[in-house]
Amino acid sequence: MTIPSIGRRPGQPIYLDYQATTPCDPRVVEKMLPYFTEKFGNPHSRNHAYGWEAEEAVEQAREQVAAIIGADAKEIIFTSGATESNNLAIKGVAQFYKDKKDHIVTVVTEHKCVLDTCRHLEQEGFKVTYLPVQPNGLIDMAELEAVVTDKTAIVSVMGVNNEIGVVQPLAEIGALCRKKGAFFHTDCAQAVGKIDLDVNAMNIDLMSISGHKIYGPKGIGALYVRRRPRVRLVPMINGGGQERGMRSGTLATMLCVGLGEACAIAKAEMGAEAERLRGMRDRLLGGLKQRLPEIYVNGDLDNRVAGNINISFAFVEGEGLMMGVKDLAVSSGSACTSASLEPSYVLRALGLDAEMAHTSLRFGIGRFTTQEDIDYAIDHTVKAVEHLRSLSPLWDMHLEGVDLKSIQWAEH
Amino acid sequence: MAYSDKVVDHYEHPRNVGSMDKDSTDVGTGLVGAPACGDVMKLQIKVSPEGIIEDAKFKTFGCGSAIASSSLVTEWVKGKTLDEAAAIKNTDIANELALPPVKIHCSVLAEDAIKAAIKDYKSKAGQGEDEKAAG
Repeated sequence: MTIPSIGRRPGQPIYLDYQATTPCDPRVVEKMLPYFTEKFGNPHSRNHAYGWEAEEAVEQAREQVAAIIGADAKEIIFTSGATESNNLAIKGVAQFYKDKKDHIVTVVTEHKCVLDTCRHLEQEGFKVTYLPVQPNGLIDMAELEAVVTDKTAIVSVMGVNNEIGVVQPLAEIGALCRKKGAFFHTDCAQAVGKIDLDVNAMNIDLMSISGHKIYGPKGIGALYVRRRPRVRLVPMINGGGQERGMRSGTLATMLCVGLGEACAIAKAEMGAEAERLRGMRDRLLGGLKQRLPEIYVNGDLDNRVAGNINISFAFVEGEGLMMGVKDLAVSSGSACTSASLEPSYVLRALGLDAEMAHTSLRFGIGRFTTQEDIDYAIDHTVKAVEHLRSLSPLWDMHLEGVDLKSIQWAEH
Repeated sequence: MAYSDKVVDHYEHPRNVGSMDKDSTDVGTGLVGAPACGDVMKLQIKVSPEGIIEDAKFKTFGCGSAIASSSLVTEWVKGKTLDEAAAIKNTDIANELALPPVKIHCSVLAEDAIKAAIKDYKSKAGQGEDEKAAG
C-alpha cells in the first residue's frame, strides 16, 4: 500500500527514519476516531453502556496485542509507551524480588531507558552486569551464561536494536534464563511486527511493546507480564488498581484501540512487508556499494530486521554528511550537534573507531517507502559522499596509501 | 540545526578546493585537527618572492561550518602579506559566517590552519636560504 502524501510532503525531505517513529497507518486512525467523540466512555465505568462499549474496545485491543506475540490477553498491561514498560518491568521485578535476588543483567547496546533504569537501580544497591556485544552487535551466549547466577532476578536483552537493527537470539536467551531461574525481559519496541515473536516458544517472561514504532499512535505501549509461571512486580503508578493492579490510571481507549489495530495489521501483513522492505534495503545497499568504495555496514547483516541499514562512509564526517543529504530524513550515528562531539555508544560498543562512528547514517525503511524513494536516496547519498570526499584531506591520504593511524594528530 | 546562508553557500560551492605541492619551497602547508574529533583542515598557501600570498587551497574533513570556515579563509588570505594573514582572528571568521556557539571551534581551527601554513612556509624558506648560504 502506498500513500503518496506520507513521508514525502512537498518541500519536506523523504522520510527514511522509521526506527525513530512511524506515521500512524490511516487504517489505524480510522478505527480510533469514534473513541474520541461518540464512544468516549470510561472503559472502567461498569454502570452504563458508554463504559461497556469502551471496555469492549479495550479488551478487543488487548486480544490483538496478545495475538501478535502468542500471549493471552490477560497478560497484557497497557502503558504510555516502551519507556514506561521497560521501567516497570525492570524496576518492578527487581523491587519485588529484592529480598532474595539483587542482580540484574543487561547489555551495553540497550536503549537509554533500559540503561538509565539499571543505573538508577545500582544507586539503590542492586548489582548490574552490562554485557558487551561482539563486533556484529550480537551477544555471546557463553558470556551471558557465565554471568547469570542464582542471585540474578532479571535478564533484560532487547529484541532488535534501534540503531543497527540486529536481532538478538531471544529463544536461546529465554531457554538459558528459564534453566537458571531468572526472569527474561525483552524490549521489543523495534521487534514487534518486524520479526516472529512467541512468548511461550521463546520463554519470554516480560516484553515491552511500543505503539508508534509499528504505525500506531504515540503515547501508548504495552507490557507483557507472564502469568504461568507467574511474574510479580511492584507497580510504579498507584491508584485505582487498573491493569491487574500493575498500572493504575484510566486507559486511553482510542490509543488502546490504535495499538490493537496496529498489531492486527502488522500480524496480517508482516511476512509480505518484511519481504518488500528487504528488497528495498538490499537495493539501497547494493546501489551505494556499487558507486561508493570504502563503505561499511554496521551490525550483522543476516540477523537483522528488513527495514534497517546502518552504514559508515569512511573519510567523510558525519555532520557534514547530514548536511549533504538534507533531502533525506535520516539519522546520524554522531551527536555532534551537541557540544560534546560524542559518537553513538552503540557503534562504539561494536568496536568502531570514533571517526567511523561519527560518519554513519541509519536508513530506516518502512511501510510507506517506495522504490523511487530508495533510488533518490542512493543518488543523493552518493553525490553527497563524493562531494565531501573531493574536499576531504583524509580521502586524499587514503588514495596516496597513507595510514591515518600513523599520523600524530593534534587532538583538540 | 539551521545553518546560515553563507555556511550553506560555502558548503555547496566551496572556493579554492585543491592541493599544491607540499614539497615546493614557496608553498606552506598547515594540517590541523584530528579525525577522532571530527575535524581535519589542510590549508596551503603559495607565497610570492615579495612575501604576498598569491594562492590558497584547502581540503577539509568536517561539518559544514568547518568546510565553510576553511573555504572562507582561502578567499581572505589571497593577496595578503604573511603578517596580514596571521592577523586574521577566529572571531572575524565566526562573525562573517554567523556561526553558533557550538561551532566556534571550527573558526578556531581555521585560524590555527593559517598560522600553521605560515609557520611551515617560513621554516622551509629559512631552510632554503640556509642551503643557499651553505652552497
